[in-house]
Amino acid sequence: MNESEGDKEFEPKILAFTCNWSSYSSADQAGVSRIGYPPNVQIIRVMCSGRVDPLFVVDAFLNGADGVLIAACHPNYCRYDSGNRYAKTRTKFLKMLMEEVGIEPARLRIEWISALEGRKFVEVIQEMVKELKELGPLLAENDGRKSV
Amino acid sequence: MREDNPNQVPRIGVFVCECGANIGNVVNIPEVVENAKKLPGVSFVERDVSLCSSAGVKHVKDAISKNGVDRVVFAACSIKNYGSLLEAACEAAGVNKYLISFANIREQCAWAHYGSPKGATRKAINLVGMAVARVQKSEPLKDLELEVEPSTLIIGGGISGMTAALCLANQGFRVFLVEKEPELGGMLNKLYKLYLTNQSVSEVLSPIIEGVTSHRNIKLFTSASLKEVEGHFGDFEITVSANGGIEKFRVGTIILATGAKVFEPSGMYGYGDKEGIVTQLELEQILKQEKLKRPGKVAMIQCVGARGEEGVPYCSRICCMVAVKNATLIKRLYPDCEVYIIYRDLQTYGKENEEYHAKARELGIRFIEYTPENRPEIIPNGNGKLRVRVYHALLGETLNVDSDLVVLSTPLIQHKGGEEISKMLKVPLGSDGFFREAYMEMQSVALGVNGIYVCGAAQGPKSIDESITQAYAAAAQAASPMLLKRVKIPAITAEVDEERCIGCQLCMDVCPFHAVIFEEGKSMIIEAVCRGCGNCAAGCPSRAISMKGFKDEQILAEVQAAFKGE
Repeated sequence: MNESEGDKEFEPKILAFTCNWSSYSSADQAGVSRIGYPPNVQIIRVMCSGRVDPLFVVDAFLNGADGVLIAACHPNYCRYDSGNRYAKTRTKFLKMLMEEVGIEPARLRIEWISALEGRKFVEVIQEMVKELKELGPLLAENDGRKSV
Repeated sequence: MREDNPNQVPRIGVFVCECGANIGNVVNIPEVVENAKKLPGVSFVERDVSLCSSAGVKHVKDAISKNGVDRVVFAACSIKNYGSLLEAACEAAGVNKYLISFANIREQCAWAHYGSPKGATRKAINLVGMAVARVQKSEPLKDLELEVEPSTLIIGGGISGMTAALCLANQGFRVFLVEKEPELGGMLNKLYKLYLTNQSVSEVLSPIIEGVTSHRNIKLFTSASLKEVEGHFGDFEITVSANGGIEKFRVGTIILATGAKVFEPSGMYGYGDKEGIVTQLELEQILKQEKLKRPGKVAMIQCVGARGEEGVPYCSRICCMVAVKNATLIKRLYPDCEVYIIYRDLQTYGKENEEYHAKARELGIRFIEYTPENRPEIIPNGNGKLRVRVYHALLGETLNVDSDLVVLSTPLIQHKGGEEISKMLKVPLGSDGFFREAYMEMQSVALGVNGIYVCGAAQGPKSIDESITQAYAAAAQAASPMLLKRVKIPAITAEVDEERCIGCQLCMDVCPFHAVIFEEGKSMIIEAVCRGCGNCAAGCPSRAISMKGFKDEQILAEVQAAFKGE
């Protein structure tokens, strides 16, 4: 990312919901390993991806997020048995809802990221930044600079 | 109760840590401090060069006392590093640890975005804004304290269960040991001799069984089955059916030592159809009963029903050593006999195992490597022998071993009894069928349910020594809450607002721990059973469930603050 360019280029804003036991630590690990990635993502820690209420995702889009990531444990590795499975199902329904109301479903992603996969966390964020740049800002009046 | 008291204006103290130069080198600390000062509810913002140092902790305590704040935000490293240290400092200064929030401006900011200081600073400002918004919606909570009955239930009287039982009984705890068979000993009863010592099983087992049966702190039930488990960590109510009657008792903890069974390779390599093809377990019995007639050649085939499409996908860990041991025993019995071990990858891990393997080679046992694409096969042969045809991957030739006995090494798998226990105790099994530990790397004997531990082959294939080691670990884990007679459970549990609950029972469906009960048309959470994942809160259609510590209000406050500073 080019710092001097400032606000000229659209910089997508991503909100990531991370699991306390896996993906939150993966983001920590990415930092410890100094795997650099663009600062477009704000991270919220929850105990389990199963905590992520679809309302949180909707609210994120209403509050300026161009993309939302739900980073969950790999299948069969949920500390609470099945939270990641429910997160996946809820994401599926949310995507259908997004399609209905005219928001590109690609703006919402669910990914399996273990505590040791700092690199995967970074790759997902990099991919999302790239894809969201192509999609453009979610809210036109937002113009990627000001939140609603 | 969950409504914010409008009269009580929160007073928030914000500490921004520089972490030496770790954070300050990338993030513009004065800018973060100035922005934090403007946030609603913030009484003071102080920076510190290192909050985790003793001077930093003192700074926190003094500043809280001096300014009389009731909520605290730390903009510092990950909560995973010094979260508990800083929480303790706040508690010492009179701030409830649930009224603290963390902004991770090191691992997830300064260290991640070292290439873009401006972007990192903007992100840090937002992270602090999110933490301040969150903490405003937080409420003080008290960890749940449960009394723990100093007694334990051990399910399974194999080597693991007996080891755990003796370990706890010797520490003075009351132990109830439930075994489904009439005899103690489990899988070991079926074995002949053990590696690495080649000691006979009875030599090893007898003193342990004697110790268990004669121990005054152990109440033993044989030919028994578990009927019901109610209650929670600290106070489980157990019903056991034994001796033609029903026994009820209470325990504080439970250890699962239900073991495993051997995979039966029906239809594989002609097992079950042809004479002279047995599993390693059957070979142990033949050896034990001294029924092995002098064979000309013996072929052992490894990884039968393991690590592949047929059977189970995992490596069963012990089969290589079992084969090397049994081959050694046959070779010692009949030195003229040719013994072949046909393997995929030979895993004689560890220092002693490798030495044992080297001795087996010295004895003249032959090892042939095969590849999964070229598995050995048993083909018809007129001379009454079992012709094992194998492509020798190292020689690049196909060999025929005309054997009198073919031994298949098959993996350990979960048995029906284990699956029933899993359902009864609501402890999950992994995709491999074994009991799944709470946290693979860090908590290998704790299970998903508080107060229940696992050891031995119930958790996965293991050798005798590994099972014993894990049994001691499970006993130690169970002992500490029983010794203290109480245990603290984090206050992060779900709570139902009765007025809002519409009685749909969706929460009961999604709770993996059965922490929800249904009474008089409303859901209720048993705090002691709830693990705090929040799946019920996310699934509740009437927003009647609140996740303490991770309430909707707290998370939504974070969401809404996430991009405010842009």
